[in-house]
Amino acid sequence: MSASLDIRLKRANKVYHEGEVLAGVVAIVSKEAVQHQGITLTMEGIVNLQLSSKSVGVFEAFYNSVKPIQLITSNIEVVKQGKVPGGKTEIPFEFPLHTKGNKVLYETYHGVFVNIQYTLRCDMKRSLLAKDLSKTCEFMVHCLPQKAKLQPTPVEFTITPETLQNVRERSLLPKFLIRGHLDATNCVITQPLTGELVVESSDVAIKSIELQLVRVETCGCAEGYARDATEIQNIQIAEGDVCHSLPIPIYMVFPRLFTCPTLETINFKIEFEVNVVIVLHDEHLITENFPLKLCRA
Amino acid sequence: MAAVQWHSRSRRYEAELQSCGLEVAPVEFGDYHPLKSVTVTDSKSLRGARKGSTSSSSNSVAPDPLSSMLDGTDPLSMFASASASEPPLTLSHSSSTGDLGRGKRMEMEDEVGVNFEPWSSKRGEILARFTTTEKLSINLFMGSDKGKAPSPGSSAVSEKVRTRLEELDDLEEDSQRELLNLSQQDYVNYIEKLNQSLKEAWASDQKVKALKIVIQCSKLLSDTAVIQFYPSKFVLITDILDIFGQLVYERIWSMCSDPRSLPDSFTADVNVNDTAKKTCLNWFFKIASIRELIPRLYVEVALLKCNRFLTKCGIQETLPRLTAMIRGIGDPLVAVYARAYLCRIGMEVAPHLKDCLNKNVFDLLGTFRQIHGDSVQNQLVLQRVEIPVYLTLYSPAIHWILQCVSYRAPEPLLTEMMERCKKIGNNALLLYSVMWAFRAEFIATRATDFIGMIKDCDEAGFPKHLLFGSLGRSLACADPPEAERLPILNEAWKVITKVRSPQDYINCAEIWVEFTCRHFTKREVNTVLSDIIKHMTPDRAFEDAYAQLQSVIRKILIYFHDFSVLFSMERFLPFVDMFQKDSVRVEVCRSIMDVFIKHQQEHTRDPVILNALLHICKTMHDSVNALTLEDEKRSLALLINGFIRMVSFGRDFEQQLSFCVEARATFCNLEPVLVQLIHTVNLLAMETNRVMRGSHSHKTAAFVRACAAYSFITIPSLSSIFSRLNLYLLSGQVALANQCLFQADAFLKAAVSVLPEVPRSICIEGKLRSSEGFLLDFINNFLSALLVVPDHPEAGVLYLVRGLLNMVQDYTWEENSDAKFHVYISALPLLAAMSQETYLYSIPKVDSNETLYGGDPKFVAEINKLCETLIGHVLDHLKSLGRDESVRRQGSLAFTLFGCILAHGELRNNKLNQLSVNLWNLSHKHSYCDTRTSMQTLESIKHQAQQPGMAHISDMVQRLTLQSRT
Repeated sequence: MSASLDIRLKRANKVYHEGEVLAGVVAIVSKEAVQHQGITLTMEGIVNLQLSSKSVGVFEAFYNSVKPIQLITSNIEVVKQGKVPGGKTEIPFEFPLHTKGNKVLYETYHGVFVNIQYTLRCDMKRSLLAKDLSKTCEFMVHCLPQKAKLQPTPVEFTITPETLQNVRERSLLPKFLIRGHLDATNCVITQPLTGELVVESSDVAIKSIELQLVRVETCGCAEGYARDATEIQNIQIAEGDVCHSLPIPIYMVFPRLFTCPTLETINFKIEFEVNVVIVLHDEHLITENFPLKLCRA
Repeated sequence: MAAVQWHSRSRRYEAELQSCGLEVAPVEFGDYHPLKSVTVTDSKSLRGARKGSTSSSSNSVAPDPLSSMLDGTDPLSMFASASASEPPLTLSHSSSTGDLGRGKRMEMEDEVGVNFEPWSSKRGEILARFTTTEKLSINLFMGSDKGKAPSPGSSAVSEKVRTRLEELDDLEEDSQRELLNLSQQDYVNYIEKLNQSLKEAWASDQKVKALKIVIQCSKLLSDTAVIQFYPSKFVLITDILDIFGQLVYERIWSMCSDPRSLPDSFTADVNVNDTAKKTCLNWFFKIASIRELIPRLYVEVALLKCNRFLTKCGIQETLPRLTAMIRGIGDPLVAVYARAYLCRIGMEVAPHLKDCLNKNVFDLLGTFRQIHGDSVQNQLVLQRVEIPVYLTLYSPAIHWILQCVSYRAPEPLLTEMMERCKKIGNNALLLYSVMWAFRAEFIATRATDFIGMIKDCDEAGFPKHLLFGSLGRSLACADPPEAERLPILNEAWKVITKVRSPQDYINCAEIWVEFTCRHFTKREVNTVLSDIIKHMTPDRAFEDAYAQLQSVIRKILIYFHDFSVLFSMERFLPFVDMFQKDSVRVEVCRSIMDVFIKHQQEHTRDPVILNALLHICKTMHDSVNALTLEDEKRSLALLINGFIRMVSFGRDFEQQLSFCVEARATFCNLEPVLVQLIHTVNLLAMETNRVMRGSHSHKTAAFVRACAAYSFITIPSLSSIFSRLNLYLLSGQVALANQCLFQADAFLKAAVSVLPEVPRSICIEGKLRSSEGFLLDFINNFLSALLVVPDHPEAGVLYLVRGLLNMVQDYTWEENSDAKFHVYISALPLLAAMSQETYLYSIPKVDSNETLYGGDPKFVAEINKLCETLIGHVLDHLKSLGRDESVRRQGSLAFTLFGCILAHGELRNNKLNQLSVNLWNLSHKHSYCDTRTSMQTLESIKHQAQQPGMAHISDMVQRLTLQSRT
């Protein structure tokens, strides 16, 4: 006798917004009738914060993980204690996505030190002899689009040995001139990051040009705050000694789940940056950093 | 049975002919005839003129099924060409094939027509051309990049984090592999293995693993070690990418196809459901996060078609972005092949989007200087690859790109591209591809410009002979302006003749021969030939270039059908002499003879042609040896015979004969040729006869005898016994017709004396068959000829007939065969015919036995005696058959004899009458006789009995009883 429990959401992409209704069915498939002590559905939205071992000590990081912040929670009993007949049973359900008080539903985000996750769990309680059945499924929450229309502000940049910081021996640097622009640094998360880059000249052959997407997560706590920057992805836009003075497109799609609109709350902050990384053939590494502001439109 | 008496029935042939002949009804010309071809009359012009119009047959159409098969393409080759023209990996429901099925075809502009040379045809060529003997290596990081030194960009990354991308890279634990020292074949095998594992992974639903394999494969394309192999590597790997693209497309397709399959013209908004869109989007997100540029590019191009599932203009938006993305590839060779792949997929998926193709070309031109940049030069030095070799690696890709662009492109665009190419330095490589890919007409009208540009090219770079070869190829298809032709040829040849390597030289020269033949006279072609000879003779360079030299001959033969012109080229035969390898030489001779037979309409006596062709035919003949196959001999003989037939010296018969004498000496090893020669000489004799209107002068009589002598001494050299027999007979008849009695006698005597040599079985088409039927046929034919042969004054009466019958008697016939007696029976009609007062036929100016003996009773008695002996032999045999219980044979032989006596015997004679009745009864005794035949025979006898003077037969009919079978 085996029964299976499944949650199926109406939307194939599982993306919902605040104020919408999360609808779907609980599907129970079993050959015979199943005796149970009630089926419940739990919807929960949680922000998990973790302190990095860099900012605080290892032990502290282990113990002092900050208390999770609950964004939304809701619990309903779908079916009262009884029997589900054999075969395939589908029980529809609906959850309105409303927050209590002044809480906001932050967008789903999977990071290193910050995780914002929404789950839907279905439990079937059963008598002592049989194991309880449980099924969890994650659904995505997207922020509501911003009201104000974004004006793209192009950012021009020029990289020469002189513009670099952090250089030990400037005289050892080869000569180069790289110009370019990003079409905007305040980006719509569903649109790619775009721009152009021109290698005007370079004494040393270029090995690779990459775009590095970095997240900056800040967790506040009693002792202060911890700020960590980690790489999300690294996209190569040029390989080898590219043709000089020919514009090379800068193009990067923001990965889903790992990016979200830039977020700033009392307890934590999620920000993004992009680095244009130029690797020269003599292993010189030139990086130009651009903070980004992501949003939904 | 008692000894028989024979009396031949006297015949009045004329009267018989008249009574037997059917009424002759005149048939009008236009009337229906079953063998006449179906007449299609043009009703407009010929209305009312239908009947009796001979012109109606001139525009008749013959729906001969055989010929209509030949001039149309036959179904097999049609299939082959259709499959070849299909894009290599069209899906069963892809737009390109699906569109054909749709009633309304899209605008022609949107389709790739059959005249677009498909990639699949280039594929094999590239694989065959770009090979290497150097060792290759494959570096596959199926595992994550962990093993490598942390990539420079990851300084800001905390190591313990595994990004999504790294997760993607992680296929199996530590499956990082580096395969070194692979031979080319190993490499190909390895890639094939990857291909297999891709299919397996997909089939077992491991989509991520499949993607990883594809990414790893496309990574190999960024590696330019062993650069000579790069084009082939590109072909192998893009094959895998094609398969992957197809798999993904089909999968998403099937998600939308539930329950009804998607129409070909689906739009993303209407027909595609959310799940399919989500899956499709997932693929694109995954691809977008591929770290390295080249795999990301290739995989995205492979999945280009899937954009159709997302938005309507997805492809249109993606193409320019991908085009721009290629700018990031630093290595020019890698970049150009990436462009070629993008153009290929673009043409397959969205042939109407031409802008992107153009943009690719302009980007290519923009980055062209990279090819001569420092990094490339360093790499070449490192790999020890010469610049010309390196540059030719580009040509397949650039050819392809330009081919895509120029396909149905407007003239101004091509002109613009030309102009841009001109401006770029070191543009030989581009010129090469432009000439290759652009329309031949376009090139031809600007041929002079091109020559100028080619001349300006750098000597050290791209090989010039390739450039001229490419130009020549275009000029072979399209004609440059009339006035420029000669300067073009001069300029081109000036360069070609300076090419040092014989192989390069001949490759190029071969192409230009076509242009020369097309537009110029034998003088120029002759010059070209002598130049080729000059280049190819030193060090026997021609030995390595037979294929090209053969092609030169072929091209000349296409344009020169007049053999007097062809052979008046001084260098033509010396050129043919360069083919020193026997098999090739014979093949060349063969192709020349083929053309000669096909196109020579009139007989010739031109000594130039005769000498040359005799030389060529001799070459073919001399190639025959003991090992030559029968078929080969036959086809060679056919060609030589074709030549002999076309030789005619008109009224100069003696010269013709002496030609035949010479030909006999030359072609003594090919029997069919000798046979042909004998026929030719016989024909010559008859022709003389015709010219002299039957009465030979002293001189012509001598000539005709010479002809007979020619045949007489040629025939014995034939090995086929039946050829000999038939030719003896034929030549005998010809001699007789020309009043050469002694010669005729000699021929016939020879035939008789050869008879015993006929083997019991002969080989026909590789099978052993009994010769009996052939022998009987020949003897019957021979007998009928004997009627007109007058007896030799010194030999006895019926000397030849007796001789023949003696031979027949002594011949060892097959056991259990009645053939001998059938011969006896068939001799009876001859003897009967001989005893008539006037013979059935005679030869003008030759006195047959009828005049010699004048119906002398002694002569008739002699004949009758002979008949009686023959009948006696047959009757004896019938008796012995009765003893041997072979009653069936007995019956049929008796019936044959009965028929013969009935037709030729004088049945008023009681004994003969009685004999025939007995034979009838004998043949019906065992009821083996075919009742229908018996019935018909009886009917016919009854019919004959009604004729006047045949009353005696009606008595006999009474006595012929038909045994009904019980």
